[in-house]
Amino acid sequence: MAGRHAAPGGPDGTAAATSTHGPDLTRWTAADLAGALRSGEVSSVEVTQAHLDRIAAVDGAVHSFLHVSTEDALTTARDVDARRAAGEELHALAGVPIAVKDVVVTKGMPTTAGSRILEGWVPPYDATLVVRLRAARLPILGKTNMDEFAMGSSTEHSAYGNTFNPWDLERIPGGSGGGSAAAVAAYEAPLAIGTDTGGSIRQPAAVTGTVGVKPTYGGVSRYGLIALASSLDQAGPVTRTVLDSALLHEVIGGHDPRDSTSLPDALPALVDAARRGADADLRGVRVGVVRELDGEGYQTGVRARFDESLELLRAAGAEVVEVSCPHFEYALAAYYLILPSEASSNLAKFDGMRFGLRVVPEDNPTAERVMAATRGQGFGDEVKRRIILGTYALSAGYYDAYYGSAQKVRTLIQRDFAAAFERADVLVSPTAPTTAFKLGEKLDDPLAMYLNDVATIPANLAGVPGMSIPNGLSDDGLPVGFQILAPARADDRLYRVGAALETLLERGWGAPLLSRAPELSTTRPTEGTLR
Amino acid sequence: MSTISRDEVARLAGLARIELTDTEVTRLAGELDVIVHSVARVSEIATADVPATSHPLPLTNVFREDVPEAPLPVADALAGAPAAEGGRFAVPQILEED
Repeated sequence: MAGRHAAPGGPDGTAAATSTHGPDLTRWTAADLAGALRSGEVSSVEVTQAHLDRIAAVDGAVHSFLHVSTEDALTTARDVDARRAAGEELHALAGVPIAVKDVVVTKGMPTTAGSRILEGWVPPYDATLVVRLRAARLPILGKTNMDEFAMGSSTEHSAYGNTFNPWDLERIPGGSGGGSAAAVAAYEAPLAIGTDTGGSIRQPAAVTGTVGVKPTYGGVSRYGLIALASSLDQAGPVTRTVLDSALLHEVIGGHDPRDSTSLPDALPALVDAARRGADADLRGVRVGVVRELDGEGYQTGVRARFDESLELLRAAGAEVVEVSCPHFEYALAAYYLILPSEASSNLAKFDGMRFGLRVVPEDNPTAERVMAATRGQGFGDEVKRRIILGTYALSAGYYDAYYGSAQKVRTLIQRDFAAAFERADVLVSPTAPTTAFKLGEKLDDPLAMYLNDVATIPANLAGVPGMSIPNGLSDDGLPVGFQILAPARADDRLYRVGAALETLLERGWGAPLLSRAPELSTTRPTEGTLR
Repeated sequence: MSTISRDEVARLAGLARIELTDTEVTRLAGELDVIVHSVARVSEIATADVPATSHPLPLTNVFREDVPEAPLPVADALAGAPAAEGGRFAVPQILEED
């Protein structure tokens, strides 16, 4: 394991890389790929092609991708190799390929947000985080599947078909960012971008055995994210290791004048925190266990793995205390008022006038009737459900009772966090109450589906950062996640504690958790499977 | 809290400009009723003395210098439009005939 957390280009990083990971470049961490690229051991074209080959081999079964941008990725890779050969100093991650969730706009590359209403749309501009990925010269492999407009916890609400959990192809990969998590878990990409409005980065990470980070609200620009709920949305890294998330977070994070809710503060030193954490010395760190995020509804195996990890943290010197956040039990209710309200407003732009689908009724096709027909045919069930719920919550006579009350609950949850962070430096809980459920199992019960996000939603309501790391397997042999939360602007604490726990857990397992996932059969997909 | 009738769903769908089939209206009425009953519990703790929070972080207006920049070219802005004409979005008739 010595080479896993080596610095890109560091003294021991490159030599250890091949011996640690073997010849298959898709199994390498982004940090090790970065080191090997920098030393010239491998080229970006080789690395990028290896991942494109892997996508061609397994994506027929996993369906992480809605669009694979082969030429775009290889063009960037060739450019990186040429610049490096010419002696140019490049970004540490230059040449390491990445997948991007399809809710992030990409110039010249189709962007659908998983919706029929945007089928075939090609954005005329790049999101700020994509501008930064391109500036750092990360080849973009393609766009990943998701629940339509990020509404869902299973990726089953995509208009373009399911994504399948690489651990068990009959199960959901989480959502809404199931495509990004599955791509990373299936070794189709070493890095991916997700967005997290109520858990859409962290819950997929938990159920696929990967790492996912929701940064502090405002820590990563929202410019060019197709907005779901503007006061909750946050983009962040999806990776296989904590260090890789830190490396990616530092590429995409930081102030953006194009997003008026972007934090003006400098980003904390995240990569340093992850490296420091890998020493697994947590003396002086106070870890708060949130009493309300445990108990009823949490699977036995999820709780057992959580308790074992608390022991590891104690053994590493952390002081583990119990904290109470009494209003968290109202978070889900508040969220399902605030989110639909904001979404009903944000999705008004999809009206068939300026982009995407336009459905023209034969009879009396006025603008209003065109809009209604377009939205009726272009939106899926969950999107209709939430827009109408939001319209209801905001309508005259109900506003105070619903939306107004939900905003008050938000205040109470923020106060809970403030009090808890008086007593603890980080808060911890299981990321999701259960392992991945079977496809179709909760489709007819929206409320049961919403319960997946019970532990992740409070962070979005309060704007605090959160991380999920692999925490072992439950009794059913499926991965579970360990969630770490920190105060706003203290994302570095996630990386320190996350890297420490990751190190301790992998010492016990002898290898990363994903090495225990079944091998996917690598048959080539049938023509037309890759959109 | 009131329950959500089929008429109410149809009214809301009209406000939201979403054409629904009769089947969808019926199904949504049932589903929304369950969801609304569940989320209505926010009013249990939302007492008058608690201020509302609309945003996770305190925000003030953000201004920038008014510097001219090259705008998105018209052709790029119109490239994804369902219909365009004379450098503009072409939309269906908005006003009724006199």
